[in-house]
Amino acid sequence: MATTPNNTAAAKQDSKPGFVYLPLIAGWLVPGAGHFLLGKWGRGALLAASIVGMFATGIAMQGRLYSSAHDILDILCLAGDLGNGLLYVVGRIAGLGVDQVQMTTADWGSRFIEVAGLLNVIAAVDAHNLRTGRKA
Amino acid sequence: MTHFTAVLIFALFASVVFGITQRETPKRMLRYGIYCFVLFAGSAIVLSWVMFLIAR
Repeated sequence: MATTPNNTAAAKQDSKPGFVYLPLIAGWLVPGAGHFLLGKWGRGALLAASIVGMFATGIAMQGRLYSSAHDILDILCLAGDLGNGLLYVVGRIAGLGVDQVQMTTADWGSRFIEVAGLLNVIAAVDAHNLRTGRKA
Repeated sequence: MTHFTAVLIFALFASVVFGITQRETPKRMLRYGIYCFVLFAGSAIVLSWVMFLIAR
């Protein structure tokens, strides 16, 4: 049976020593770190710049960092925020973000922060796919 | 910051991540990133005109 390029890549990646979920976890905690661990410096730098840039723009727009959830929409927003990994933790410790959104731009800022978290999750999963060989 | 500036910044950052994560080769990543950016910005402009015409 012929071996497809993807199967070959997967076999090569699976033979690598180390914890297979490390790029996934590192990529979630620090944007771009999963790709840096795999030696994808350019991709990692672009992902980190985009995700941190979107998070910082959200904070600069007085966006809200959710700390608790009272209804289903709050739960979704909190889940998005948690996707930022350590950025969220540092933001909460530093007291960044506002508790109550009072301006239109602050509402956009909250969405920026949540989407940054969701994009970070996509980037972390991409790093995991690179590690397992599912993606070249 | 205007609403349109926010749209462009959002489109830029999201398109970079989509391009890198959804395609495999650098050339295809760039093309898909540009495609996503144009769709984000273009759809915002089209929907803005639609809402403007509805509100008249």
